[in-house]
Amino acid sequence: MKQVPWVTRVRRGLTALLFAVVAITLWTPSDSRAEYGDIVINNYADAAGMRPAIFPHWFHRIRFRCKVCHADLGFQFKAGGNEITMLKIIDGQFCGACHNGEVAWSVENCDLCHSGKPNTPTQVHESTIQKLAVPVGQGGSKK
Amino acid sequence: MTRRIPTLLLTVFAATLFGSAPVIAQDAKGKPAPAAPAAAAPAAAPAAAAAPATDVNRFNRLLKPANQRNLPPMQDGIHDPGSEGTAALMPPLSAFETLPRSNAGNRVNWVKALEDRAINPRWDRVDANAAPVVMDLNIVREVKGSMPDVVYPHKQHTEWLDCSNCHPAIFIPQKGANQISMAAILLGQKCGVCHGKVAFPVSECRLCHSKKKDGPVARSGQ
Ligand code: HEC
Ligand code: HEC
Ligand code: HEC
Ligand code: HEC
Ligand code: HEC
Ligand code: HEC
Repeated sequence: MKQVPWVTRVRRGLTALLFAVVAITLWTPSDSRAEYGDIVINNYADAAGMRPAIFPHWFHRIRFRCKVCHADLGFQFKAGGNEITMLKIIDGQFCGACHNGEVAWSVENCDLCHSGKPNTPTQVHESTIQKLAVPVGQGGSKK
Repeated sequence: MTRRIPTLLLTVFAATLFGSAPVIAQDAKGKPAPAAPAAAAPAAAPAAAAAPATDVNRFNRLLKPANQRNLPPMQDGIHDPGSEGTAALMPPLSAFETLPRSNAGNRVNWVKALEDRAINPRWDRVDANAAPVVMDLNIVREVKGSMPDVVYPHKQHTEWLDCSNCHPAIFIPQKGANQISMAAILLGQKCGVCHGKVAFPVSECRLCHSKKKDGPVARSGQ
C-alpha cells in the first residue's frame, strides 16, 4: 500500500529526532570518564588563554611515592590549592622541581601539561563526590 | 519541497551527533576487555540504538557502563583531542597491563604492585636507591552496628607516605583521639582525603572494614 509522501518524511524526521535524543543521552555521561585521580588545574590557565593543565596521578605514582611530592615538594592535598604559576615552575618549584630537563622533560613542552579541554574546571577525576549518583553541591566539580 | 527541509535538517543534526557515536563504539572495540563485565556492557549500547523507544527503561539508569574505564586521553572527556600534546600522552591501559588488577579506582592493586615489585616508585626525587622507613603498626577502630571493625595499617601507608602527610594535620597520632565517620570520609575528610581521590575508593568497604567482630561485646562500641 502506497503512503502519502509527507507522512514518510515526517516519520523519517521523527526517527532522526529519536536517534538524536539517544545520541545525546549516550553522550552526556561522557564528562567523567577520565582516569581515577587525574587532576585538572585551572586557576589561571583559561583566563590566560592556555588549555587547563592536567596532572595524571597514576602515571606519576608508578615513578614516585606520594611522599616526594606531598612532603618534600610541598604539594598540598587540594586540587588547585597550591596556586601554581609558570613563574614558580621555571624557578624550580612544584612541577618545575622535576620538569626541568634533568629529572623529566622540561617546560617548553607546553602542550603535554596544558592538554585539557578549555573551560574544564579544577577538579579531581572520579572522586567520591563526582561518582555519587545524585550530585552533591556544585555538581561534581571540586573547589 | 518546504516540508522536506526540517527532515533534512534533522537528519544532518542526527548525523552530526552520530559523528561522535563511532567514538563510543570504539570504546568497546578499541581496547581489550579487561574484565568480564566489560564484555557485557558494550552490548547494551547497540541495543539502545536499535530500540530507541525503550531507552527510558534502559537496564542501568544511573550506573556508568564498564566500557568507559581506563580510556586513552583522546577519549577521556577532559583532555582536548585537538591538542597535539594529548596524542603524545600515555594511555593508562598500556601502563597497567603488567600490574596486578583490582576492582575499583585505577583498577590497579597498588599495594600488591609495590609488594611484587611490579613497580618501584622513588622515595626521593633524585636518589633512586632511597628507601622508605616503613612502620608496622595496626590501629583497630571498633565500629558501631553490623559492619566489621576497621583496621588501619601503618605499613601500607608508610610505604607511600611520610608521617607528616597525616600527622598532625589529618590525624592526631594517638589511638582513639580522632573522630572518624563514614559521612566525613564520603565528604573527603579523614581517610577520605586520599581514599576516593587517589588511593582506592570508598566502594571497597572490605579493605578497611576487615576485622570480624568478636561477638556481641564489640557491638556496643567504645
Ligand atoms: C610541567 C607542566 C607544565 C608545562 C610544561 C607548562 N605549564 Fe604552564 N602551567 C602549568 C600549571 C600546573 C599551571 C597552573 C594552571 C592553573 O592553575 O590554571 C600553569 C599555568 C600557566 C599559565 C597561567 C598562569 C601563569 O603563570 O601565567 C600560563 C599562561 C601557562 N601556564 C603557559 C605555559 C606555556 C606557554 C608553556 C610552555 C612554554 C607552559 N605553560 C608549560 C604546568 C605546566
Ligand atoms: C609527582 C607528584 C605527585 C605524586 C607522586 C603524588 N601526587 Fe598527589 N597531587 C599532586 C598534584 C600536582 C596535585 C594537585 C595539586 C594542585 O592542584 O595544586 C595533587 C593532589 C592530590 C590530592 C588532592 C585531591 C583533592 O582532594 O583535591 C590528593 C588526595 C593526593 N594528591 C594524593 C596523593 C597520593 C595518595 C599519592 C601517592 C599514591 C600522590 N598524591 C602522589 C602531585 C603528586
Ligand atoms: C617528582 C617529580 C615530578 C613532578 C613534581 C611532576 N612531574 Fe610530571 N613527570 C615526571 C616524570 C619523571 C615524568 C616522565 C618523563 C618522561 O617520560 O621522560 C613525568 C611526566 C609527566 C607527564 C606526561 C605523562 C605521559 O603520559 O607521558 C605529564 C602530563 C606531567 N608529567 C605533568 C605534570 C604536571 C602538570 C606537574 C605539576 C602539577 C608535574 N608533572 C609534576 C616527574 C614529575
Ligand atoms: C595515612 C595516614 C597516616 C600516616 C602516613 C601515618 N599515620 Fe600514624 N596514625 C594514623 C591514624 C589514622 C592513626 C589512628 C588515630 C586514631 O585512632 O584516632 C595513627 C596513629 C598513630 C600513633 C598512635 C598509636 C597509639 O597506639 O596511640 C602513632 C604513634 C603514629 N600514628 C605514628 C606514626 C608515624 C611515626 C608515622 C610515620 C612513620 C605515621 N604515624 C604515619 C594515620 C597515619
Ligand atoms: C594521605 C593519604 C591517605 C589517608 C589519609 C589514608 N590512606 Fe589508606 N592508603 C593510602 C594509599 C596511597 C594506599 C595504598 C593503596 C592505594 O593507593 O590504593 C592506602 C592503602 C590503605 C589500605 C591497604 C589496603 C590493602 O590492599 O592492603 C587500607 C586498609 C587503608 N588504606 C585504610 C585507610 C584508613 C582506614 C584510613 C583512615 C583512618 C586511611 N586509609 C587513610 C592513602 C591514604
Ligand atoms: C578508607 C577506609 C574505609 C572504607 C573504604 C569504608 N569505611 Fe566505613 N568506616 C571507616 C572508618 C575509619 C570508620 C569509623 C570507625 C570509628 O568509628 O572509629 C567507618 C565507619 C563505618 C560505619 C559506622 C557508622 C559511621 O559512619 O561511623 C559504617 C556503617 C560503615 N563504615 C560502612 C561502610 C560501608 C558500607 C563501606 C563501603 C561502601 C565503607 N564503610 C567503606 C573506614 C572505611
